[in-house]
Amino acid sequence: MKKSKHPEAKAQPVTGVSRRGFIRGVGLSGGAVGLLHPEAEAAPAPAVLGPGPVPITLQINGKPHKLEVEPRVTLLDALRDRLELTGAKRVCDRGTCGACTVILGGKAVYACSVLAIDAQGKPIQTVEGINAGGRLHPVAAAFVNHDAQQCGYCTPGFVMAAKAFLDRNPNPTLEQVRKGLGGNLCRCGTYMGIRQAVLEAAKQLRGGARNA
Amino acid sequence: MPEPNYSWPPREKRRVIGKRVSRIDGPAKASGRGKYGSDIHQPGLLFAALLTCPHAHARVRSVDTKEAQALKGVTAVEVISGPGTEIQWAGTEVAAVAAVTEEIARDAVRRIKVDYEILPHAVKEDDLKAAGARSKPAGEVLVGDPDDAFKKADVISEGEYGIPVLQHCCLESHGQVVMWKGDSVEYWPSTQNVSGIGGDLARSLEVPAANVHVHQDHMGGGFGSKFSADRWGVVAAKLSRASGGRPVKLFLDRRTELEIAGGRPSGFARIKLGARKDGAILAWESHSWGTSGVGGGGVAATQLPYVFTNIPNRRVNHTGVITHTGPARAWRAPNHPQASFLTCCAIEDLAARLNLDPLEVFDKNFQYTARPEVYRAQLRKAAELIEWKKLWHPRGQSGPGPVKRGLGIGVATWGGLGHASDCRTTIHPDGSVEVELGSQDLGTGTRTVIAMVAAETLGLQVNQIQVKIGDNRYPPSGGSGGSTTVGGVSASTRKSTMNALQKLFEAVAPGLGVPPDQLEAVDGKIQVKGNPAKSLTWKAACQKLGVKPIVEMGQNNPKNPMGLISQGVGGIQIADVSVDTETGVVKLNRLVAVQDCGLIINPKTAESQVYGACIMAICGALFEERIMCQQTGRFLNADMEFYKLAGIDDIGEIIVHLDITPEHDARGVIGLGEPPVIPGIAAIANAVANAIGVRVPRVPLTPDRVLAALEGRRA
Repeated sequence: MKKSKHPEAKAQPVTGVSRRGFIRGVGLSGGAVGLLHPEAEAAPAPAVLGPGPVPITLQINGKPHKLEVEPRVTLLDALRDRLELTGAKRVCDRGTCGACTVILGGKAVYACSVLAIDAQGKPIQTVEGINAGGRLHPVAAAFVNHDAQQCGYCTPGFVMAAKAFLDRNPNPTLEQVRKGLGGNLCRCGTYMGIRQAVLEAAKQLRGGARNA
Repeated sequence: MPEPNYSWPPREKRRVIGKRVSRIDGPAKASGRGKYGSDIHQPGLLFAALLTCPHAHARVRSVDTKEAQALKGVTAVEVISGPGTEIQWAGTEVAAVAAVTEEIARDAVRRIKVDYEILPHAVKEDDLKAAGARSKPAGEVLVGDPDDAFKKADVISEGEYGIPVLQHCCLESHGQVVMWKGDSVEYWPSTQNVSGIGGDLARSLEVPAANVHVHQDHMGGGFGSKFSADRWGVVAAKLSRASGGRPVKLFLDRRTELEIAGGRPSGFARIKLGARKDGAILAWESHSWGTSGVGGGGVAATQLPYVFTNIPNRRVNHTGVITHTGPARAWRAPNHPQASFLTCCAIEDLAARLNLDPLEVFDKNFQYTARPEVYRAQLRKAAELIEWKKLWHPRGQSGPGPVKRGLGIGVATWGGLGHASDCRTTIHPDGSVEVELGSQDLGTGTRTVIAMVAAETLGLQVNQIQVKIGDNRYPPSGGSGGSTTVGGVSASTRKSTMNALQKLFEAVAPGLGVPPDQLEAVDGKIQVKGNPAKSLTWKAACQKLGVKPIVEMGQNNPKNPMGLISQGVGGIQIADVSVDTETGVVKLNRLVAVQDCGLIINPKTAESQVYGACIMAICGALFEERIMCQQTGRFLNADMEFYKLAGIDDIGEIIVHLDITPEHDARGVIGLGEPPVIPGIAAIANAVANAIGVRVPRVPLTPDRVLAALEGRRA
């Protein structure tokens, strides 16, 4: 039986709507937090929480983490400031640059634009998780091989966005890579290396799946 | 002992230098393990937030912090701009709060009441006539007799061009974690200046520089904007002390980072050229203006004409315009991109006026540059790579259809050399090697270059060298500015490792029965020259040291670099664009960069520098612009949604040609961070003019500006 090297990536059913596709569909104003989770709108109205700290549990990299945060605390700030998971970076802090990208329930999300309390009940993958145990994930390894990083501050976000992209598009063309990673920004200018890195990682991951 | 010969090994003997080595800190960064200043956690960490001034020009009447101080969770409040302070730009720091969470710190900031006397402001500089008393003329540079030369010229070409203020927009914002307890200050900044920033902070805090300990493993971009401790560093330290010495984290939010922590001067100019029919320029006259904030500033009169500095007759004026805007900082090749854009646009317009191929006009006028043959060869190479002969057409003759294609040229020059740098090499008896410098890696690959130089010298593999940088207790190295880092650290590392190796040779020579100068370090062995059979492994050789490691220094003296490093590089870039004349959208197809570069230590990261610089130029040509509002005095697009950077699909194809030749290699190491960022904006602007048949006078080349130029009106 073929098995993915990263079974957690397949834990969630893949919907037909990608985050980026959805945002594109609703235009610029679609960057608001609530719109990132269309499925949440169908749920019954939740109980009012806060404004003080409330206990929450986040499933991060396969392990539950219990913490108390105010409802206004973003997933990004919970990861960085409360759990010392600092791989996701805070750059624009407004859902533009992708430096804070994590994978939530199988989808790449901007952690700066998701509230920590809304991230409960779904698996959260961070860059630390996919590179655990000192072993580089093939995507991260390809970023190193192709020098797809300079200052490196955008890199963890790009690595996570690329992983989520490849989970859905295991065999992309260069053109698809150029469109599919449009939700992340780099200031040093590492895009040439990133294009090559994502194509190489795709190859590695396909080979890895066959050989597993 | 005579001083060792420090010069680089000949090209054919290099085993590490010149190889494509992956950056050694790549895995730490790509896995999220690497810690930046903004990632630092210390027990008891507090979070700080800033209150900034919303007015471009105002005087502070009073600051009331009582309610902020009373908020539960707040540990300290500091006033930065007290009563009487004249605020000169919006975003100025007024007060800061430290609290147990960032959310509480922000709540507390909102409770601070400031009473301002609002004063008149001016934040625009694009129209010099409107500047009035805010103009600061810089005096005229007059060479030859331009009036006479213009009379004798066959043709006179005139144009007006402009490039706005751009922001550094470092992805890691400016800031630090700092802990001031008793006499000592532990300091984790995001800086380009590890060895110098501690002393800068110490001066403001009035503590001995020796008591400030700087730590920095990684930093998230500087581009010239991160040399000093800044007010936010000082106030964070004061908040820490006032909170009983607990560590405080204060990083600027994105709006504030864009408003006050960066920005390069704008550059506008009216330029008149007089030339012969064959394109040879006889006379140059320019009046440029720009702003760097309240200081006036902009491109200096001595910086125009750019590269073509020896045009025989010239009259050059510059006016700085005072604005109530965030002050400029050094920005990757200060003023060069603006000067290149202004100069190359004027030359391209002259070529179009004369109906000549700009390739010929640039080539002809290279006679007025410091290095005509280098530029000529580079222009030929760039033209070949972009297929100029096949694709170029006279301006505006792009054929039918709404999408027009065009080519354009930009040129650059830059210095180099190396900053002061001391390096300490330790060879331990177990064979491990440490190389220590108070330097920093901005993402340019500095760590890797140091490891490569050490490995080359000691005959080891790159992974056998432990590079230690990012701490001001290591021997001092200069700040990373002016593309001087690779020169500085490669020279000091070469000397330090050679000095250490010399000591190792002395220790093992008796056992091998030859004098020390008959030994060499190759492939992990110390061996007798010409007799590799007579050798010791590196480990066995180091064991001869007994218990005492070898510790040796090496120094780059910027005034006497001894041939290891050099300065002065040229570069040519040619852009290939397509412009949709119905929508005004400019699409970059390709950008060719031909860059001379001296001796390249690591081609892999060197190419990355050029790619990155090209992309930064594409951002400047097509997207980036600080937009000021005269009504409110505010920076309207101070966020990353509307202060636009290029994305992965916006950059076309970039073709890098490093001009590696034996002659250039023999010059030694020359920094590459800045030169390739210079010519791209000019190249793209000229390609658009070539494509659509009219000059779009100001960048970025947004659809509205392109359409306005096509309709013959000003955008």
